[in-house]
Amino acid sequence: MSDLDQFRQTVSAWLEENCPPSQRTPITREEQVWAGKNKAFPSSDAKLWFERMRDKGWTVPEWPLELGGGGLDERQAKILKDEMKRLGCRTPLFDLGIWMLGPAVLEFGNDQQKQQHIPAIARGDVRWCQGYSEPGAGSDLASLQTRAEDKGDHFLVNGAKIWTTNADKADWIFCLVRTDPNAKKQEGISFLLIDMDDPGVSTTPIELISGESEFCQTFFDNVKVPKTNLVGELNKGWSVAKALLKHERKLMAEIGGDTPGPSFSPVQAALEYVGLDDKGKLKDVGLRDQLVSHEMAFRAIGLTHFRSFEERMNGVADNNVPLIMKYVGTEESKRKEEVLMAVLGHRALGWNDSEFNDDELLTNRGWLFSKALSIAGGTSEVQLNIIAKRVLGLPD
Amino acid sequence: MTLVLNEEQRLLKDTAKDFLNRIMPVSALRQLRDQKDSLGYKREHWQQMTDLGWASMVLPEAYDGLDFGYLGLGAVIEESGRTLAASPLFSTVVLCSTILIDGGDEEQKSALLPRIAAGELSLALALEEKPHHQPNAFTTTATAGDGGYVINGKKLFVLDGHSADQLIVATSLASGVGLFIIDANTPGIERRRHHLIDSRNAASIEFNQVKVSHSALISSPEQGQDVLNKALDYGRICLAAEMLGSATECFERTVAYLKERDQFGVKIGSFQALQHRAAKMYIELELSKSVVLDALSAIDDKRADLPQLASLAKARLNDVFELVSNEAVQMHGGIGVTDELDIGFFLKRSRVASQILGNSSFHRDRYASLCGY
Repeated sequence: MSDLDQFRQTVSAWLEENCPPSQRTPITREEQVWAGKNKAFPSSDAKLWFERMRDKGWTVPEWPLELGGGGLDERQAKILKDEMKRLGCRTPLFDLGIWMLGPAVLEFGNDQQKQQHIPAIARGDVRWCQGYSEPGAGSDLASLQTRAEDKGDHFLVNGAKIWTTNADKADWIFCLVRTDPNAKKQEGISFLLIDMDDPGVSTTPIELISGESEFCQTFFDNVKVPKTNLVGELNKGWSVAKALLKHERKLMAEIGGDTPGPSFSPVQAALEYVGLDDKGKLKDVGLRDQLVSHEMAFRAIGLTHFRSFEERMNGVADNNVPLIMKYVGTEESKRKEEVLMAVLGHRALGWNDSEFNDDELLTNRGWLFSKALSIAGGTSEVQLNIIAKRVLGLPD
Repeated sequence: MTLVLNEEQRLLKDTAKDFLNRIMPVSALRQLRDQKDSLGYKREHWQQMTDLGWASMVLPEAYDGLDFGYLGLGAVIEESGRTLAASPLFSTVVLCSTILIDGGDEEQKSALLPRIAAGELSLALALEEKPHHQPNAFTTTATAGDGGYVINGKKLFVLDGHSADQLIVATSLASGVGLFIIDANTPGIERRRHHLIDSRNAASIEFNQVKVSHSALISSPEQGQDVLNKALDYGRICLAAEMLGSATECFERTVAYLKERDQFGVKIGSFQALQHRAAKMYIELELSKSVVLDALSAIDDKRADLPQLASLAKARLNDVFELVSNEAVQMHGGIGVTDELDIGFFLKRSRVASQILGNSSFHRDRYASLCGY
């Protein structure tokens, strides 16, 4: 047996033994355990499962052991992920620190910053949010105006950030700020970590078309930030941000499963809401074609994720492939929601009404939420620009 | 399951690319068309392909084959799609050999497969009867008579049908499907070559009271449909590989043109209206690559979901090759509709390839049915 097969067996046995049965059913949004000072657990099993995974370092499997991670390589981490998926184990901890800030600090942070932040993220002690976009800087992120003035021993931060996801619940925020107002756009930007408890930081939620308000606006009014909170070099924050955006796009390409939505798949929904004719085909020919087109595209995307992974593992990575995944992943997720809406017919249209069951109510919420997917983290149009220029080498 | 070629397969792909570029570029097909070549491919090219091991690549070692697998053959076929190379490879090796390997008896296999491996024998599958692909309920019939069977009917769109030495004909026999291997010059067979838009090779073939012996039947009427279906799935997957090569080549030529053509004082590739369309084609091609590789490896691994993969691959490549060839013409502008430019060959091939072994709606319908809806 190869080392990896051995590893798979060990992992599988450990998961079977340590993951409580209640943590092996599909997770709802209310049941997600988010990091933070005021962590809340929906059940004692969820707490137990989180603690066991945390103690293995498997909340962040690929991070270094000495910083609280699992010390796994990419192949081992994939095995862990696959086995968790196979056994239905829930993700034990949710946090932007895990998905985005952590990898950036590991790559760009100094030792003191790694010691301060990485173990805390691994343990789920701190909840992070992101401060990139501004009311006047969306797709054109580099035009951001939030300023951090050098005041000798600290920066003085003034400005506003928008789409700061869950900022009202976060303990810290990582921000892009302008440190040199005279430099060219990308060149005067720095990457700064700010404690949300600092005087002068305030947050208000934004209500979305889906009725959710996990996005916020965050204001900075003469906030004093220690200079040790600068990650990477002064005025070189754009390269940190770019590296981090890669993680965000990868995450969004894979997001499908984690967005709010009904518990049924489009095919299951179609069987229930449309039904089959006596030849075993969906009764509505047009819907059937829409559904199968989506299913086939979805499979092609899954295979491309897998191919990209295999190429990396075999040392023949095509670095251009990951660039397409944000675009296809989010566009196909939107299409899936459209298909679901069509499949449910008028049963998908209820809003806070007890006439409709939870799955029906969640269908339009999921559909509305999905509209943000191709906007956040770089719009689809920006992604196409990137592919055209960076991959195809088309001129400016 | 693997979606990455190994060292050997990559080497094979590079060799194929080099050979095809040197010996069988698109201009070779143009020449066959302009000279109204009666064979429709060059015998010496086919011989060279055989010398490179392409005819024997997926045949079993027991019959002089290399047993190298479909990921390898698929890589070669993909490269042949880049230059639109005309040869009997697809009909002979992918369609007909698969039927023989799967359904043939020892005598049939040992008589035919070594000769196919050596490039001495070309075969064609006489399948279609209607304007659209239909792999069952044949109107061509075989009836048992004294000492054998009698075949009657008409087959259309028989790839390489005019030049093949032997034919495998799909018929309705008793309550099943009879697959017969017949010498193409048997009395009662009338072949008419057809010239199609893609300048490749097809024929219509009539069978009038064609008498064949018992030994011509491959497999049995009960299993005939299964044997045929499997070969058709292999064919769909390999054709998808070829179309991937063609579409990729067509796309790369177009992107190169966007970088070289000046209008309004700039390269036209700087226009966002064109950039986004080019980016979308790139995305579709990358997804297609994954699907084709997975489908080819499904053949090698004898996976149970092979029929799904075959339909996924064929439907996708039909659509993507159509998209790319249409966009290629449009983005080349006026020169794109001239015969002088090779792009037209790709456009024409796309439409023919789409009709071979099932258009996109055929395969979407099949995929949905296979998935239970």
